[in-house]
Amino acid sequence: MFRYTKATLLREAVVWLAALVSLLPFYFLVSTALKPDDELLSTTSSAPPHAPTLANFTDVLATTGQNSILLALINSALITLGSIVGLVLFGSLAAYVLARSTRRWGTVTFYLFLVAIILPTQLGLIPLYIGARKLGLVGTPYGMIVLYIGTLMPLAVFLYAGFFRGLPRDYEEAAAIDGASPGRVFARVVLPLMAPATGTVAILTGLIVWNDFFTALIFLGGSDYQTLPVSMYYYVGSLVSAWNKIFAIVILSMIPILAFYLFAQKKFIQGFAGGIK
Amino acid sequence: MTTQIGTDPVVREGSPAAGGGHPARSRRRRPLISYGYWWWALPAVLMVLLVHYAATSGGAFYAFTDWTGLGSFHFVGLDNFRRIFDDPTLLGSLKNTLLIAFGFLILTNVLGLLLALALNRTLKTRYLLRVLLFMPVVLSPLAVSYIWKFIFDYNGPINQLLGWVGLEAWQRPWLAEPGLALWAILTVMVWQTTGLVMVIYLAGLATVPPEIEEAGALDGAGTWGRFWHITAPSIRPSIAIAGALMLIQGLRVFDQVMALTNGGPGGATETLATQVYKETFALSNFGFGAALALTLTAIILIFSVLQQMATRDRS
Repeated sequence: MFRYTKATLLREAVVWLAALVSLLPFYFLVSTALKPDDELLSTTSSAPPHAPTLANFTDVLATTGQNSILLALINSALITLGSIVGLVLFGSLAAYVLARSTRRWGTVTFYLFLVAIILPTQLGLIPLYIGARKLGLVGTPYGMIVLYIGTLMPLAVFLYAGFFRGLPRDYEEAAAIDGASPGRVFARVVLPLMAPATGTVAILTGLIVWNDFFTALIFLGGSDYQTLPVSMYYYVGSLVSAWNKIFAIVILSMIPILAFYLFAQKKFIQGFAGGIK
Repeated sequence: MTTQIGTDPVVREGSPAAGGGHPARSRRRRPLISYGYWWWALPAVLMVLLVHYAATSGGAFYAFTDWTGLGSFHFVGLDNFRRIFDDPTLLGSLKNTLLIAFGFLILTNVLGLLLALALNRTLKTRYLLRVLLFMPVVLSPLAVSYIWKFIFDYNGPINQLLGWVGLEAWQRPWLAEPGLALWAILTVMVWQTTGLVMVIYLAGLATVPPEIEEAGALDGAGTWGRFWHITAPSIRPSIAIAGALMLIQGLRVFDQVMALTNGGPGGATETLATQVYKETFALSNFGFGAALALTLTAIILIFSVLQQMATRDRS
């Protein structure tokens, strides 16, 4: 059974056809972004560019002010990085204590995190926005990082706890018997052994922060710290049907994440498939 | 601060030597090997209490007021909710949200499962195909929506293709026709997310031992019989996860609507999340926006519970 037969070959061909059709949007994306302005009207939407140019990219990158794409790239990178660091640090500590706890409060606290995973953010964002406005945190990268850490903490704790439960206690016991303090055991034994867990948490939460539009639009829209989706939204709004420019921005916003995906695709896919389990 | 523990490795909590004649007291004693301290969880717990529970409760409170974000407010009872159900646009947004969520749930799961079954085992290029089909998942929904806005444009590739094959009569302004725009949004969402569902099902399918499928085949079970009696029961957890994820993601739809139609034409593609954004943060109707958000939250929680009950292991 499960031999490679003619039927399998047919199946392979059909899936490839489906995959190629579903990847067609990327062809339109690239071919349009390379078209000079005059070709937008003179060529049809699906024709490749006659005289491909990178001018759209240099134009888009040269924009200054609040919607500058370069600035948005930096903002996005810093906010994503800050959020990941906070989530990994506080999430792993909390999940470790909860996963190893045999007391009732540990179970109760874990459920606190579990329920928060399905709680949608829309309702809570209204008081948070008002509170942050009072504290002057609206439109600041710090406020945004704290907000993302809080919002995604349940997911981080849930993912970490799953990994920690599968880790035998022998290593920790051995280190403790050799005289290591709990802090040392955690930092030197548990965390290094749990590097795959940290990778999963960083990828899943980092991707959510990087791509987030709703929260970023509310808290950073119109400020000097707009992230990529927000800047892209405002910038595209000002470009009526200048598809070559719009697609240059879209490509610029996709490059970092696509490069990272193709570099670590196995980890990405495993993270999504196994992490959510 | 707690002192260092673990100096006496011989006695462990729970062993008879440690318990002695005072089991009730020994339970309260610290274990000799400590797995971290309880206060390590404190920062995470406090943040979740604040950002999720306190904020959500606060939002639920505002839902019964007429607050505008400034100055004082009055309790208006259920007035905000009455307004939601009296306003045709808002009622429409509720309908659109449910339609998108269920369309999204069904289409992503059917297509994702089909792709997973096609890619499972035997195909020579299955890893490459998996990488390609999963790629849209990692991209920003906003960026993806802009690509599709071009594809759905009146001068875009879809109408061009219809022109080529002689179906000029079918050419449409896809995003500007009230009856079609919602389906266009759904298409974009399904295109971007099917890869994720496929990967979840592939992980589930990997747990089905090939021997059992072979045994089923030897006993005369056909493809359909093998799927229904061997594969389907084994991937039940994947169905539960993919179902819950897609339902919640569908109910929260926001980015795609903002980028593709901005709720138009004439409010025909507004969803609860876009209305929450517009009422609260564009029009400063904090109380009314909170009522909309509370409605969305209630719907998500109710459907999550129903979905859990429907896919729970019955054994």
